[in-house]
Amino acid sequence: MLAVDVEKKLGSVQIAVRFATTGSATALFGPSGAGKTSVVNMIAGLLKPDRGRIALGDTVLFDSAARIDVPAHRRRIGYVFQEGRLFPHMTVAQNLDYGRRMSGLPADDTERERIVALLNIGGLLTRRPGHLSGGERQRVAFGRALLMKPRLLLLDEPLASLDRARKLEILPYLARLRDESQVPMIYVSHQAGEIQRLCSQVVRIEDGRVEASGGLELLGEAAH
Amino acid sequence: MFSLTPEEWTAVELSLRIALVATFVALPFGLAVAWLLARKDFWGKALLDGIVHLPLVLPPVVTGYLLLVTFGRRGLVGSFLADIGIVFSFRWTGAALACGIMGFPLLVRAIRLSFEAIDRRLEDAASTLGANRLWTFFTVTLPLALPGVIAGMVLCFAKALGEFGATITFVSNIPGETQTISAAIYTFTQIPGGDAAAFRLVAIAVVIALFALIASEWFARRAGMRYHGD
Repeated sequence: MLAVDVEKKLGSVQIAVRFATTGSATALFGPSGAGKTSVVNMIAGLLKPDRGRIALGDTVLFDSAARIDVPAHRRRIGYVFQEGRLFPHMTVAQNLDYGRRMSGLPADDTERERIVALLNIGGLLTRRPGHLSGGERQRVAFGRALLMKPRLLLLDEPLASLDRARKLEILPYLARLRDESQVPMIYVSHQAGEIQRLCSQVVRIEDGRVEASGGLELLGEAAH
Repeated sequence: MFSLTPEEWTAVELSLRIALVATFVALPFGLAVAWLLARKDFWGKALLDGIVHLPLVLPPVVTGYLLLVTFGRRGLVGSFLADIGIVFSFRWTGAALACGIMGFPLLVRAIRLSFEAIDRRLEDAASTLGANRLWTFFTVTLPLALPGVIAGMVLCFAKALGEFGATITFVSNIPGETQTISAAIYTFTQIPGGDAAAFRLVAIAVVIALFALIASEWFARRAGMRYHGD
């Protein structure tokens, strides 16, 4: 579905990553500083690779040889950031509708209600992000990314800023999201436990390179 | 003692009009220049920054004289504009131009600082949600910079209200056309028995300035509150 083959020099770090996703949820797994977030930013269009190609299905998003570089706002790729990045000056409802409006999609109340119910954020709609807990904020961020009807969902350590109890609270929502939304996911984490719950394919990244790619058995190798 | 003569009213009304027009006409330019300085690296950036700040450090008389040479009827730009019917010299529009230029560095400075303080990752988030750069600016950057924009506008307005040297050099001191509060106060202090009139205008200048400060504080507080709920 998603095929990535990119090179990028960032300071002293050289990133050269190549992989293709197979299942509905793929983990980018590896230690902090391995370059996982940079890879995800390149997929989203926030960081321009020096060389390479990124294709989502039949759509080429980036191809240095063919001089194709679709700007981030036209890629239709949902992105959930580690710190949520909700817009502080908008209510939860305005945050949720932002992507749909900016992408020029018609209002779809059934879909909105479904996702609001799925994430259990119906009681938060009139609040502003400053008045939400960390877990609530991340749930709204999932909803905001999903409601733009993305072709792919990027989740960059979405639970990293939460304590253990909040993580356990959110993991089931993520699992439901994966099963019910039909949107393929890239899940970035250095936590084997989260990946085990959510993903079927693992791409292990170390020092800017793909060390291994395969099934969940790769997590065990890394754990010992 | 506190009833104003028609001449004094005219000066007050003219000052407000000039300061408001100067501030609102300067605003779009101020936003553009502040954005360029905060977000872009380009050849001649230091020069642009310097030129913008020049009116702040030059003697106002020098700025006024340069405006006269440039925008006067026989000036470089002025003679061209006069041909198409736009005249600045000795008109209230010229006073607004002078005031706008004098207030511009204060406006740009405040807006630039607030642009630089914005978390740019929020703008990245907006672009992944489908917002192009223009929409990102109007839906994320500008609303988040609002307290700074308001502060800059108040500073520019206050500067325009108090501007004296550049204005009087460029457009002179014509009652009803270019005689602002400051120029009127100056005139009244030069004539015997003008103290009472000067004092009334001084009191009005203080009231307007205080009102502008309180209003801007209120607006900025309201804008700031929106980030934390309520």
